[in-house]
Amino acid sequence: MEQFTRFHEVAADAAGYARQWKERTRGRVVATLCSYAPEEILLAANVLGFRILGTESPIILADAHLQSYSCTLVRGALEEALAGRLDYIDGVVFPHTCDSIQRLSDIWRMNVKTGFHMDLVLPADLTTQASLDYMTAIMETFAQDLGEKLGTGISREDLGAAVLTCNQIRSAVMRIHALRNKVPEAISGTDLHAMVRAGMVMDRNEFLSLVTPLADALEAEYPTSQFHGKRILVAGGLCNMPDLFDVIEQTGSRVVMDDLCTGSRFFQGLIEPDSDLFRAIAHRYQSRIVCPAKHSGIRARGEALVRMAKESRADGVMFFCLKFCDPFGFDYPYIKEMLDENQVPSMLYELEDSLAADGQFETRCQAFIEML
Amino acid sequence: MSTKENARDGEKERTKIRCVKTMKDIMTTYYIDAKTAKENGKKVAWITSGGPVEPLIAMDVIPVYPENHGAMIGATKMGDDLCAKAEDMGYSRDLCSYARADIACATINGGPIGGLPRPDMLVCCNNICGTVLKWYEVQARYFNVPLFILDTPITHTDYSKAQHRYVADQFKNYLKFLEAHCGKPFDFDRMEEVGRLSLKGQKLWQAVLDTTMNSPAPMSAFDAFFHLALIVTLRGTQIAVDYYQALLDEMNERVSLSISAVPREEIRLMWDNLPVWYRTKWLSDTFAGHNACLVADTYTSAWCSSLRYLDENDFFNSMVEGYSRIYLNTGVDAMAEEVLTMVARYKADGLVMHSNRSCKPYSLGQYDIQRIVQERAGIPVLVMEADMCDSRNFSESQIQTRIEAFMELVRASL
Ligand code: SF4
Ligand code: SF4
Repeated sequence: MEQFTRFHEVAADAAGYARQWKERTRGRVVATLCSYAPEEILLAANVLGFRILGTESPIILADAHLQSYSCTLVRGALEEALAGRLDYIDGVVFPHTCDSIQRLSDIWRMNVKTGFHMDLVLPADLTTQASLDYMTAIMETFAQDLGEKLGTGISREDLGAAVLTCNQIRSAVMRIHALRNKVPEAISGTDLHAMVRAGMVMDRNEFLSLVTPLADALEAEYPTSQFHGKRILVAGGLCNMPDLFDVIEQTGSRVVMDDLCTGSRFFQGLIEPDSDLFRAIAHRYQSRIVCPAKHSGIRARGEALVRMAKESRADGVMFFCLKFCDPFGFDYPYIKEMLDENQVPSMLYELEDSLAADGQFETRCQAFIEML
Repeated sequence: MSTKENARDGEKERTKIRCVKTMKDIMTTYYIDAKTAKENGKKVAWITSGGPVEPLIAMDVIPVYPENHGAMIGATKMGDDLCAKAEDMGYSRDLCSYARADIACATINGGPIGGLPRPDMLVCCNNICGTVLKWYEVQARYFNVPLFILDTPITHTDYSKAQHRYVADQFKNYLKFLEAHCGKPFDFDRMEEVGRLSLKGQKLWQAVLDTTMNSPAPMSAFDAFFHLALIVTLRGTQIAVDYYQALLDEMNERVSLSISAVPREEIRLMWDNLPVWYRTKWLSDTFAGHNACLVADTYTSAWCSSLRYLDENDFFNSMVEGYSRIYLNTGVDAMAEEVLTMVARYKADGLVMHSNRSCKPYSLGQYDIQRIVQERAGIPVLVMEADMCDSRNFSESQIQTRIEAFMELVRASL
């Protein structure tokens, strides 16, 4: 479908897209580092929210600031910034997640010139009323500060409209995810990945204008499934390599669901109408499945994954994580154990940089799928 | 015995820190009390090293510190086996070695004291790192006991009103949690007393550390690593106050008698990050071999790093800011400023930074601090990569070579 072509174009050169967008609209680009940066507020401020990932270039400059035992997302993002490849950025937002991002924020602020620097110091415990109150308060301050930095200000109407747009995007994207689960052959993992990536960097209105018709068209074209291969659930830490899906699907299986912050989780959960929109934004973050660096009860993530595996009738779970990711590392053993108890087979693959070219991943992947 | 040997033994006796024995006795009693808590009808809470322990003491709960236990595991060189056991359980080798050792130890009651006493509750304050949050989740699942989280957002560049309110709210919840799990109302009078003792202990500890402003220094950072145990585990008790008073007296006596930690102190160095527990003796000897004394460190002083926010007359409420603004919960630039202040205060000729694979909030950013200190204090800085508890990440020959080169630099810059 033509929309996928556009998504692949954007995903293949996100920086190029941002540069063109800037030139065309005279607007400003604000980089973010994780899915806890409130999309709605950025959109209401009329900036292009741009999720940055690691680098595809060798890491050289960042080595002067970060030890080798930090994950490649952190090192790669800094490399991009230090090498001047983020020159299209007018500001950056660091939501507080893990220890490595926390320190990256400091190092960035001290060494990089990418416009303004904002820390969104989120709570780590997302279970209490106190943290909901706190998150509401900092969302409001964030909107004020951002408005001031841009010299525009964000009105309630702007925010209301942005919430609506983001909700529409989320609904459409989740419909596509649901369809993939029901009719796995409808969308390839690679296409889906390109769509998700585009959704994190494209003008949100443009993205919405593509994604809703896409959901309609896909649903119309694929009412039922003929798929009999293995159904895979992908989970774990950050992952932005389409060939990963390719490799999985080359075995004849399909990725029917994911729990990635660079995947479906980015779009999960709608903002419920509330007279206090900041509270509504905070509430969404508290109710969706949390990132491993956050707390939502001692078994919440494991239970959610088991539920997801059952709902998606997954034959197996493939975990991916970046080496040196502490939050994931602590969660993995118990989640795996919960999957085992529920007779859901799983495998873990740790990525250092990108996938090794030696075919090791292909072999592991094939072996796992044959075993299912 | 020759007169020479006699003299050497006499000198050794004279320079030994007498309080060491007292400390060992206190810690033994403390761990016996903790391990027999159940028989004595007392409750045990595991708590993170940067957590607010005073309310526990006020409620007569025995606080136990897995991190202090981690240090003991490291010092007794039992870290490697326990860490490897955690890896067998599925925990990545890249995770904090205290956490790995503790998680493994709990399942087999291993380690130097046969495991820690089973907790009745867990109190986790993330002002030191996000690791403790995940680690305590693991233990809450394992022991199936209530977990209280005191979430203290980082203060990169400022400490906002919103975060103050947030932490203050949680302190109220902390009391409710304690009341519920101890089955009695919170004792505010006792709290006031505990707060007073805590503050007194912290001030005394700071005074002990400050005796190294003298040249030669009566103690070294390696001594501080050892004597630190009480300000962590028994903060808020009379025992800690008495102990640090005695230690302070002894240090002052050493100053007046010119007894130094390193016999011919010529070079004064500062240490950053946690100790390398399984190699403290080797490191201490290596530096002493260069007539260098590690006179101060950022680690042991962290337990008095928020003294300026604590208020003797309103200790409970001042804890909100005090526990939010400890050293590790600030930005890298603020940490660099603190290091610079210490370099000047203790007249350090060089800085040794332990780049600790286990501890990201402490270690990431060290390269920037290194550069800032070199530029602004004009002293050489050594960054050596190791780990506090897992000696599989320690390369002795490599570190030896680097220390040699560093000492030459320091000498040349004197
Ligand atoms: S991959 Fe893990 S360590 Fe890296 S930024 Fe994400 S949560 Fe942090
Ligand atoms: S060593 Fe660092 S990561 Fe480990 S518990 Fe202590 S502060 Fe946290």
